[in-house]
Amino acid sequence: MRCAVIVFPGSNCDSDLYKAVNAFEGVDAEYVWYTTENLDAFDLILLPGGFAYGDYLRAGALAARTPVLKALIRAAERGVRVIGICNGFQVLTECGLLPGALQRNSGLHFICDTPLIEVVQDQSSFTSRYQQGELIRLPIAHGEGNYICDELTLRHLQAENRIVFRYASGSNPNGSVDNIAGILNSKGNVLGMMPHPERAMADWMGSSDGRRLFESALNLFPETADAA
Amino acid sequence: MKGIITVVLKQDILDPQGRAVMNSLQGLGYDEVQGVRIGKSIEIELNGISPDEADARLRKMCESILVNPVIEDYHLEIIED
Repeated sequence: MRCAVIVFPGSNCDSDLYKAVNAFEGVDAEYVWYTTENLDAFDLILLPGGFAYGDYLRAGALAARTPVLKALIRAAERGVRVIGICNGFQVLTECGLLPGALQRNSGLHFICDTPLIEVVQDQSSFTSRYQQGELIRLPIAHGEGNYICDELTLRHLQAENRIVFRYASGSNPNGSVDNIAGILNSKGNVLGMMPHPERAMADWMGSSDGRRLFESALNLFPETADAA
Repeated sequence: MKGIITVVLKQDILDPQGRAVMNSLQGLGYDEVQGVRIGKSIEIELNGISPDEADARLRKMCESILVNPVIEDYHLEIIED
């Protein structure tokens, strides 16, 4: 499995993400600079957190108009799996692969925390190693994670099981509509999420609950997923 | 020629920054303040095109990058030299 970690000027979770996936046996991770125009070689594409272009104009806005994003959109149309984390989620909404937008947190503060996250559905390509309804711990660190979309889009997301992660009941940190922490595109191969699974890969990090997201996305345990 | 684009959050989008500023204004005694919305202004210098072309081109710029239609509206003004 070849895994691209896209790097923009201002990305800062790229090496966390690289190390997280590269640690799995049989996975080759590679840093890919934002000027790259071809992503054909990759089975999984990762957009890291950080502050691409210093969040100028709007978070993710300038990164969403780079050459590598054109290639990423083509790859996503072919069905390649894409995960955007934090700033990567903002880039995915800005480029139109995911609906809605991420606004300033309702409390205005930048939040660093490790809230409880509910795995809303375990049928997606990214959550097959979790159980539906399971509560997991993943770190968050963002100033603009307040997910918003119009009423019709929200109804589609709900009806099509495209809400993958929610902040657990009573722990919505940022004002996101319907407690949304992560959503899928309609084809189910593009995931955007504010929590950082790459920061929850081992018990010494405080949680290892992020591992199974990459195990699911990389198809590392297909038999177990089928059995479950 | 100059294009001035004023970007504001849509009316139905909560503006936490505006709300915080409203609270501060009311705290200073400006009891008449009933609402504050905060936006941004983008000034673009243009050369070599007519005002009509500029209007069309600036609107395209707004739609392709400067404004996020999910959460923002904009107002465009063109100032000729």
